[in-house]
Amino acid sequence: MHEDVTTLAPGLDRNPANGGGMSNEAILTVKAASCRFDVSLPALTRLISRAPRRILRAVEAVSFAIPRGTTFSVVGESGCGKSTLARMVVGLQRPTEGSLRFADIRRGDGTFGPPRVQMIFQDPYASLNPRWRVGDIIAEPIRELKLRSSEAETGIRVGDLLEVVGLSRTDATRFPHEFSGGQRQRISIARALATEADFLVCDEPTSALDVSVQAQILNLMVRLQKEFGLTYLFISHNLSVVRHMSDHLAIMYLGRFVETGPAEQVFNRPRHPYTRLLLETIPDVEKPNRERRPMSGEVPSPISPPSGCAFHPRCAIAVERCRSERPLLRNDGEIRLACHLA
Amino acid sequence: MNAPTSAALLSVQDLRIVFDGRRGPLTALDGVSFEIAPGEILGVVGESGAGKSLTGTAVIGLLDPPGRISGGSILLNGQRIDDLPAEAMRKLRGRQIGAIFQDPLTSLHPLLTVGDQLVETIMTHLPVSKAQARERALQLLREVGIPAAETRIDQHPHQFSGGMRQRVVIALALCAEPKLIIADEPTTALDVSIQAQITTLLKRLCREHGTAIMLVTHDMGVIAETADRVAVMYAGRIVEIGPVEEVTRRPRHPYTAGLMASIPSVHQRHAELNQIDGSMPRLNAIPAGCAFNPRCGSATSFCREHKPGLPPSGHAAACHFPLREAAHA
Repeated sequence: MHEDVTTLAPGLDRNPANGGGMSNEAILTVKAASCRFDVSLPALTRLISRAPRRILRAVEAVSFAIPRGTTFSVVGESGCGKSTLARMVVGLQRPTEGSLRFADIRRGDGTFGPPRVQMIFQDPYASLNPRWRVGDIIAEPIRELKLRSSEAETGIRVGDLLEVVGLSRTDATRFPHEFSGGQRQRISIARALATEADFLVCDEPTSALDVSVQAQILNLMVRLQKEFGLTYLFISHNLSVVRHMSDHLAIMYLGRFVETGPAEQVFNRPRHPYTRLLLETIPDVEKPNRERRPMSGEVPSPISPPSGCAFHPRCAIAVERCRSERPLLRNDGEIRLACHLA
Repeated sequence: MNAPTSAALLSVQDLRIVFDGRRGPLTALDGVSFEIAPGEILGVVGESGAGKSLTGTAVIGLLDPPGRISGGSILLNGQRIDDLPAEAMRKLRGRQIGAIFQDPLTSLHPLLTVGDQLVETIMTHLPVSKAQARERALQLLREVGIPAAETRIDQHPHQFSGGMRQRVVIALALCAEPKLIIADEPTTALDVSIQAQITTLLKRLCREHGTAIMLVTHDMGVIAETADRVAVMYAGRIVEIGPVEEVTRRPRHPYTAGLMASIPSVHQRHAELNQIDGSMPRLNAIPAGCAFNPRCGSATSFCREHKPGLPPSGHAAACHFPLREAAHA
């Protein structure tokens, strides 16, 4: 499966010269990647109604690198392009511009090559085939990639994987509907690990789960990362989950990164007004702000983003310059920030 | 248990709901009692399957077979409403009890304009002309904070964003100025910045109209910022109830304490989240005694045999060995 990822997407070339095995070496480097969708009306209708072409800019010129064995999180509200970015990384979506490059790595078993990339989806009720037994769901990538030579070995591997994610070997004969949401997400994780994955793209892996179950899954993910040296690209809208998981993070607004850097620095000193807005508006159990005055306005459409800084219509400190000139990402220590004023 | 006080708008007493199945009845709600005062927001929190939505559904009389109320009573303004005939309940719903559901897109009719839906609802419940109803509809849309209400009223739900749709749903619930609103996960489908707008709106409506709200959600953060009191549910029972500050800061039930500790913090990073091992029991396998005992660190043989009751006090926990102040220091 991972090989499909690297061969199908044209912008997704790999660079063997980059060298692998170094833990601080970037496993994934994304350079100015954009993804645009043509959402115009059909050609004839457009001609008759003289409507212009309409382009949805889902992801615009996004650049980042993820060091091996770390977690990089992308945070934003719905429609900001975070899921499109995740789909580009796993190769389900081709970048219209820019490149995504996986470095070849040396694995624990001595093999050398591009990392195996897998995805964990948000809804554990929709991402497992209801007619397949759990054992077959987990065995499929092993059979498909011929990772084990016999069916007996495959069965042993499936049992091991189930134990790794905290289920029992006998669960292999059961069907997904016999499991709770949290247990299903464990099955998804086992299926992803079945390919001996090095890089997991997790698109809102816990947002369909209850908090106590969420804690179990997050703890499991942290443990697996330590155990297998996994690299995570973590997509979420939940800032407290992101704080718990991330080494680095990026805040996304209308397809662009507005602030990115080491997670602790961003959380301890949020600079971009949008980051601050997000941090201020999350309902907080520890310090409830019952008299808050929420920021008005909503995320504009990515088809016709506002001029200048896309955030200016909702920004409390916006000035004339913000309306006309789009701020570029600039470095401020380890932080990169796109704001004229912060 | 505790007699309905005259102050309570809604009083639910020892409510039991069972689902009749092939292998006998399954108890989904097991003796739930609580009260809501006028203008009060009661948060009901719990994990999926704890029975929080079911409680709300029973109050608005929308419980579908095979579920049925097998015991207890629901009183609105001192009058029993759980045994009303369907037609009488239909009149009451909307007029006296409004409802807001999680997904604003499925709670609105996709083919009717927002105005049509509001006017229809208003005319069903209030003796007004169509023109008056439209005037009231406009007023409601302005009240829930929809900009350019005059043009928006003639648009269809798909032309509204998620947050705006939820405002329309709230306007619909407010049509007949009900005394009580059942809000079932009203902010769950929304983005955080929109979520705050909606909870602020709900709080304002409560303050200005004296409407009581039963806010059903799984999000402790939303409860902490919105509700006056909170009821924590587990496996069909209320395990802890009390003022929000008290329950969130000094939980007495081990389940509440575990739930609070499992929420990741935005203020600091912990190496590991506190987790409650295991999962909530299924309805056909609820343990004897305290339903939480297999997951509880301090359970004794007494807990495995005796079901704890919920004492009738301001901040109460259904636990034989409630946590004390010192446990949270």
